[in-house]
Amino acid sequence: MEPNYNPFSLAGKTILVTGASSGIGQSTAIACSRMGARVVVTARNQERLQQTYEQLNNVVEGHMQQLADLTSQEDLEHLLAMLPPLDGAVLCAGNSTTLPLQFGSREKFDDMFNVNFFAPVELLRLLYKKKRLNKGASVVLVASIGGTHSFMPGNGVYGASKAALNSVMKYAAREYASRKVRVNSICPGMVDTPLIHRGTITEEQLAEDAKNYPLGRYGMPEDIANGAIYLLSDASSWLTGHDLVIDGGFSI
Amino acid sequence: MSITEFIENFADQFDETDVTSFTPETKFKQLDEWSSLTALSIIAMVDDEYDVIIKGNDILNSETIQDLFDIIEKQQ
Repeated sequence: MEPNYNPFSLAGKTILVTGASSGIGQSTAIACSRMGARVVVTARNQERLQQTYEQLNNVVEGHMQQLADLTSQEDLEHLLAMLPPLDGAVLCAGNSTTLPLQFGSREKFDDMFNVNFFAPVELLRLLYKKKRLNKGASVVLVASIGGTHSFMPGNGVYGASKAALNSVMKYAAREYASRKVRVNSICPGMVDTPLIHRGTITEEQLAEDAKNYPLGRYGMPEDIANGAIYLLSDASSWLTGHDLVIDGGFSI
Repeated sequence: MSITEFIENFADQFDETDVTSFTPETKFKQLDEWSSLTALSIIAMVDDEYDVIIKGNDILNSETIQDLFDIIEKQQ
């Protein structure tokens, strides 16, 4: 192996990661730093954001953290004001709910769409409009196979928000290409994060559901972080508008 | 919150089972119609009607409708 050959390197890149205080966001932020990126982490919970910040690898100095609730216009403006020019962004902040559709009132849809759709779409819009993305930058949205498959009962409200996000990704990919900015998404299957352990679905049911995955397990946050590294790196220079399914074979 | 009203709301989550067959002693997970989706509907109904968040384990640990009613009453 050539020791210096690594098309997946993020050295020299500055990357924003939202939802960085837990789960996929935290894992992605740490992985980006280990691949040599300078990372800007943001999330709502100060204590947990600090914990992520402390775990960032210091091969590169200058990591930054910014507390922000992305559904708040004021917080969003503060974040945009402090951001250095970016070579990449991974928008992981999101929420989920398990609710049969007959209970999916407009209020429940609004709650879910505010966090999973309107907040990342507004950030995606302003990053471009305010020219915070360098030429050749790569944006990764975390969607879900819930946007394309009924992967578990009761995920219609959540799935719809992710389907909408995935749709915007494709339009952004086409339009942002004029500045050579790439936009892709990752559609994970069930990933073992705090989101899935809130108790609506019992641990027994989760263990049973994991058997539906041909590779025999749920994903780990690192499985998704590694996909994000590919999409952020120059290894995917000619890839845009793509939804990368990482689901242990569930949707085959 | 009364047990009678709770049983009505509970029975409302079923389509095939006769309403009159629901009593406080009904072992609901033994009903033919019971499924994981019914469990999710019960959880959502309890949130809507009683403003109480129950978990899958609360249903797992309840044998009868009365058992579940008691759990919800404690959280109100």
